[in-house]
Amino acid sequence: MIRFDNVCKRYPGGYEALNNVSFHLPRGEMAFLTGHSGAGKSTLLKLIALIERPSRGNLLLDGINLSSVGNSKVPYIRRNIGIVFQNHHLLYDRTVFDNVSLPLIIAGYQHKEIGKRVRAALDQVGLLKKEKSAPITLSGGEQQRVGIARAIVHKPGLLLADEPTGNLDPELSKEIMALFRRFNDVGVTVLIASHNLELIKQMGNPVISLNQGALSHNDLSVTSHG
Amino acid sequence: MVKADNNQIARSSPFKAWAINHIRTLIASLGAMTRQPASSFMTVAVIAIALALPAGLFVLLNNASNISIGWDNSAQISVFLKADTSEKQAQKLMGKLRLYDDVAQISLINKKQALKEFKKISGFGDAIEALGDNPLPHVLTIQPVIDANRPDKIHHLIKQLNQQKQVELAQLDLQWVKRLFAMLEIAQRAIWVVASLLGIAVLLVVGNTIRLDIQNRREEIEVTKLIGGTDAFIRRPFLYTGLWYGISGGISAWLLTALSISLLDNSVEHLASLYNSGFQLKGLSFSEGINLIGFSCFLGLSGSWIAVGRHLSEIEPS
Ligand SMILES: Nc1ncnc2c1ncn2[C@@H]1O[C@H](COP(=O)(O)OP(=O)(O)OP(=O)(O)O)[C@@H](O)[C@H]1O
Ligand SMILES: [Mg+2]
Repeated sequence: MIRFDNVCKRYPGGYEALNNVSFHLPRGEMAFLTGHSGAGKSTLLKLIALIERPSRGNLLLDGINLSSVGNSKVPYIRRNIGIVFQNHHLLYDRTVFDNVSLPLIIAGYQHKEIGKRVRAALDQVGLLKKEKSAPITLSGGEQQRVGIARAIVHKPGLLLADEPTGNLDPELSKEIMALFRRFNDVGVTVLIASHNLELIKQMGNPVISLNQGALSHNDLSVTSHG
Repeated sequence: MVKADNNQIARSSPFKAWAINHIRTLIASLGAMTRQPASSFMTVAVIAIALALPAGLFVLLNNASNISIGWDNSAQISVFLKADTSEKQAQKLMGKLRLYDDVAQISLINKKQALKEFKKISGFGDAIEALGDNPLPHVLTIQPVIDANRPDKIHHLIKQLNQQKQVELAQLDLQWVKRLFAMLEIAQRAIWVVASLLGIAVLLVVGNTIRLDIQNRREEIEVTKLIGGTDAFIRRPFLYTGLWYGISGGISAWLLTALSISLLDNSVEHLASLYNSGFQLKGLSFSEGINLIGFSCFLGLSGSWIAVGRHLSEIEPS
């Protein structure tokens, strides 16, 4: 589903955030991405979501070479990806419900359907009672879970999560991981960037590690066939 | 992707989704405006005033043209007959012209009589006596029938008169009517210039309001882009906001014009009654009002379109 072929990413300042990264994440797989702070985890996820573009190399998503995707096609690709952002990216002038419903509104769901799906997503992250709250009145962990609900509400085929448990206690972290696992069980491909090595070990999923922008450890194959 | 098919079932058909999105945004953008009543009111007020001013001038000009058409009734055609025309021939011509449809009234100024008057008024009596022959021709004065819709009729009549055998020259006396019309035309052009300038002002006001709106909602735009909102989707609320400004500004301008006219009307009626005239100020007609609102919508939409085109692409999530 996701294939990196010698991908390099150099930021405008000249900093090389990713250096010759190659791996293949098969459809329906769930994997973890680790590495020290500044290793390039967020950069790697941003490349998949077309928030950044590779400086060199090829990146294939679902068989589509992302270098060939024009700006006008980007939204349609993003709609099939659920993204949990490291810095939440919530809208603070709207209720939790309105935040979570945004992907459904963009896709043009009907009113009744939106209510049903948003409540189902909030239920899964344990925030059903907070649907009318403003995000600013929630704790950091609760805000993070609102972001997770928004990423899963439209049942995307691919879920990218950047430090989804950064602000959660061990108990809640486990619950969220279990939620991702349930998603993976019904066929969603999942890639999670995380510092939480202990939890990652417990989960037992394949791990890829970055060090200074280069792959230092890879449980996945490098090509689609190996 | 894997689950994409699953989604299709509950999702509306593309057209329905599109329509739902449009209606939703139309209502939401109105809601957003009412949530900031002070700033929305100011923007609408500026549009209303900027449009009411030329609309009001337009109304006044229209009324002035109506009055001047009334004055046209006092327009007079002087028909100078050839010097060798006898009084009898002159009488006969008068009789013939009286039957013309376009002639309301006709009278003859006899040349003897005219000379007598001239002597009396000018005081050149002796000098004229010395000339021997009466240098003045017989003159017919005609009040034409005025048809405000057919100003060319009068010219047609003058042409007809000039073709008569005994007629030396027929001409419309009232140069000042022409001058007045010329002045009204200049005033009309001036109003168009004012209207264009104020129209540009409206464009800028709406554009600037939308620009601030875009800046205030930067976060929302970024997030919407991040989760797959198309440019059209993001553009839409701003365009609808511009449209709402246009509609409410246009309606307010209409009301403002009507209000100003009704305030003026009392004093105008009083003035007219002093002149034994039933003259009344006429406001914007219904279709003119609708045009005003349409023009205002156009300006609102264009203003927001310009702002959106310039400022939305600057915002990219990172
Ligand atoms: N927009 C940018 N412009 C320039 N440099 C950037 C930009 N974004 C990230 N970088 C640099 O690229 C490197 C990798 O950043 P990235 O955010 O991918 O790290 P990360 O692995 O997600 O770190 P963390 O665990 O702290 O989130 C960092 O050194 C960072 O300074
Ligand atoms: Mg990061």
